[in-house]
Amino acid sequence: MSELKFVGTSPQRIDLLEKVTGSATYVDDIDFGARLLHAEIVETPYAHALIKSIDTSKAEKVPGVVRVITGKNFPHRFGLYMQDRFIFPTDRVRFVGEQVAAVVARDAKTAKRAAKLVRVEYEELEPVLDLAKALRDDPVLVHPDLGNYTRCPWFFPQAGTNIAHWRKTRKGDVEKAFKEADLVFEDTYTVPRYSHCAIEPHVIVGLYDLSGRLTLWSASQSPYTQRNVMAQALAPLGLSHKDIRVVTPYVGGGFGGKAGVSMEIICAALAIMVKGQPVKVRWSRAQEFYNTYQRQGVIARIKLGVKKDGTITAIEHTLHWDAGGYVEYGANVVNAVGLSATGPYRIPNVKIDSVCVYTNLPPSGPYRGFGYSEFHFGLESHITRVAQKLRMDPVAFRKKNAIREGDTLAYGAKMNPCGMQEAIDRVAAEIDWGRKEVSKDPNKVIGKGFSCFWKAPAMPPNAASCAFIKFNEDGSLNITVSGMEIGQGLLTVMAQIAAEVLTVPVEKIRVELPDTDRNPYEWQTVGSHVTWGCGNAVKAAALEIRGKIFEVVERALGMSRDTLYLEDEKVKSRDRSDFALPLRDFVINGIQTKHGNFLGGPILGSGMFMPEFTSALSDPETSQGGHPNVHYTVGAAAATIEVDKKTGKMRVLKATLAVDAGKAINPELINSQIVGGVLQGLATVLYEDIRFDLKGKLLNANFTDYKIPTSLDMPVETVPIIVETPQPDGPFGARGVAEHTMIPAAAMVANAIDDALGLRMKTLPITGEKVALALNGIDYEDVKGSTMGFCYVGHADTYKFHTKAQAKK
Amino acid sequence: MKTQITLKLNGETRRVDVEPNDILLDVLRESLGVKSPKIGCERGDCGACTGLLDGKSVRTCLILAIEVDGHEITTLEGLSGNGLTELQKALLEHNSFQCGFCAPGVVLSASELLKNKPAPTEEDAKEAISGNLCRCTGYKPIIDAIVAAGRKRQ
Repeated sequence: MSELKFVGTSPQRIDLLEKVTGSATYVDDIDFGARLLHAEIVETPYAHALIKSIDTSKAEKVPGVVRVITGKNFPHRFGLYMQDRFIFPTDRVRFVGEQVAAVVARDAKTAKRAAKLVRVEYEELEPVLDLAKALRDDPVLVHPDLGNYTRCPWFFPQAGTNIAHWRKTRKGDVEKAFKEADLVFEDTYTVPRYSHCAIEPHVIVGLYDLSGRLTLWSASQSPYTQRNVMAQALAPLGLSHKDIRVVTPYVGGGFGGKAGVSMEIICAALAIMVKGQPVKVRWSRAQEFYNTYQRQGVIARIKLGVKKDGTITAIEHTLHWDAGGYVEYGANVVNAVGLSATGPYRIPNVKIDSVCVYTNLPPSGPYRGFGYSEFHFGLESHITRVAQKLRMDPVAFRKKNAIREGDTLAYGAKMNPCGMQEAIDRVAAEIDWGRKEVSKDPNKVIGKGFSCFWKAPAMPPNAASCAFIKFNEDGSLNITVSGMEIGQGLLTVMAQIAAEVLTVPVEKIRVELPDTDRNPYEWQTVGSHVTWGCGNAVKAAALEIRGKIFEVVERALGMSRDTLYLEDEKVKSRDRSDFALPLRDFVINGIQTKHGNFLGGPILGSGMFMPEFTSALSDPETSQGGHPNVHYTVGAAAATIEVDKKTGKMRVLKATLAVDAGKAINPELINSQIVGGVLQGLATVLYEDIRFDLKGKLLNANFTDYKIPTSLDMPVETVPIIVETPQPDGPFGARGVAEHTMIPAAAMVANAIDDALGLRMKTLPITGEKVALALNGIDYEDVKGSTMGFCYVGHADTYKFHTKAQAKK
Repeated sequence: MKTQITLKLNGETRRVDVEPNDILLDVLRESLGVKSPKIGCERGDCGACTGLLDGKSVRTCLILAIEVDGHEITTLEGLSGNGLTELQKALLEHNSFQCGFCAPGVVLSASELLKNKPAPTEEDAKEAISGNLCRCTGYKPIIDAIVAAGRKRQ
């Protein structure tokens, strides 16, 4: 296996011809004919209210309306990690825009008209729109029943509070270390909410046929998880897993927003109520913003202790997350950060408190980076500031403290092989670190900023991936997996892995999109883990096939399997140089013996991978004792930015990012993750600026007012760098890189602004407006007015972390 | 009240009955079976629904179907009738798309550019697709392909 022929190359993506010709089919492109029904959602205008009554009678009388459905039809809770949601709430609403009923009609216009006729009577409650108030004594409770919710064993909700989960990680003795440190520095950083903004809105079609089978065509990253969550929620109606089928055609972007189950369960419920007829639920762009998942907002306090020589000795990192009205997925983001908020550094004394707080803003959930982008902004800003205080170069400071293979992580497990040092060195060289650049325009200044990053997939300890491979008569292959092609290039990478083992070229391999009836199990396509997990499964399936090939050749032709190998789609022998049996000659029809009979037959392979070494069981007070993460992917990044001193407008002259892919199975796909991810990250600093009013209503739920980058906003140059420190249990040494590429963006820009102007920005986003105000001595936090980007309207520096709930432990 | 309109869709004369307030995008997708223009924002922001109206790129979500009576509409389906265009070939060579949802709109905007300016610069290419939002690629491989397609045609 020393010479790789397909792994490490960048062939044309196997899905691309469909995409450039308009042939690629997305859920909304599937025709269901004249019987297709359309749904419109009745939404609450209140952030927090009790539902007193729902009158659907007028809507039901509209010609063309088939059914009006409310929570009384579905008193079932659901949720991925914690069952804190109803399909339609029956008792109370918890965010503006939450569904309280749905109208199903023959056409979309009728559904829309009728939805306006549903009358809902509410009793308004005080909304929880301030983290400090959410955590005070005797707060207004978003979930009075919190103590009764079914949840995964690694969540620790506190009944009678708004704390849905509190991840505590403790290592060493931080108090002692702070006392003995030469410098202790602390400050507060805030990150608002963000929206994924996949260009394809969520869309799903459900058909509960007259035989009682429920089929869902879903724009999803998680077909199997959707089936599982739906089967659990709908079990009281007599549905089981085998009765539910989830089909996922191409998906128009996910970024975490199409992981798990959000609006999709509404469609499943509606389909059941209109048995025999397919029903489509397609989110509008506005719903896309407020009723799927948002990225959580967070306010974080970081205290770092260091020695004069630049050794970091202690970190105390407290994060209060505005997690929204439901956290069935989002609490796991908080959990992941609670385990990893040291960043990629070797720190002997650690105290992390990552607190998931229910609020009356939209539900939070997974977003590319899974909490790491959020905490890296504060941490990597802080690292540069501490280096400055020590009069050390920020890059040298990072190198000195960077994590290495074998280091003990905050929760006690050991760090996997990683190329942190190489990543730092190569990024520093690429950005020409240390060389000050001067703008030709006297009104503009140039600064450079650096940031390291790391991230582990956040998965249950038994998240598995599977693959089936079958041969066709001509020796071509079909592979089925349930890892999802969400644009990252999974199909191509799986083909490359199979190609490498079986010597069948990539262009002769089809990899099929998921269908839970046919494709084997995959937990979810999240956490940048499918190249690793699903890739291991495909490799295992290919190896099984190779074994079967050698076995049949041995049996039919009497050649020892130990002498056989594959080359150029042929079986060859180390003993007989004249022997070359093309795969196409026997992989379906078998090998004919001298007696005229055939041995063998169609060759099939299956493969499975589950990380058997992980465990989420640990001491809830310290997180010691488990092995919650499979491995970390590390890297470094830097940016050169030019700032206009008059307008505050910023231009990214250069961005560079190095990520340790273990082994780049397809270097071009990794480069495209870097170029795309860096821009998505830069957008969270420079452009995207979510705003709620003080009653919890989202004010900019569209692309006119919530700006995502266009082609005119690209950095002048983005230089991707691939580091390859093999991951011992990865396919050909590979590990995932996709989310990581946006994680360092915010901190590297903040550090560059500081380098250019001597301004330390501690609240995201860092828009030109904020910089211009700061240049005039005005703190944006003082003038931001009556809108908020997450559940805290006050000046971030006034936030009190030491609430009673916090003081309890 | 439905009205029959006649349009030339991807080179073929088609007749279709529309309500006066029917949106062109919906009529293309639902009544005429042309699925490449995508629904992304329904307010002209994202460009996923881009089509060519008499050769000029438009947002089909912002046009009433009744307005195109007697006009010519081209979608991505109509572009590669005679095999892949140089632009499509260049997009394949550069592995330009990820999820592909923005692709139909991008290809049409870029085709319009290449028709008007056969050898566009990088800045031209950026300007031409600036109304087509892509959340995946960072635009770089798309821009590179557009410029390369122009060079190839020279």
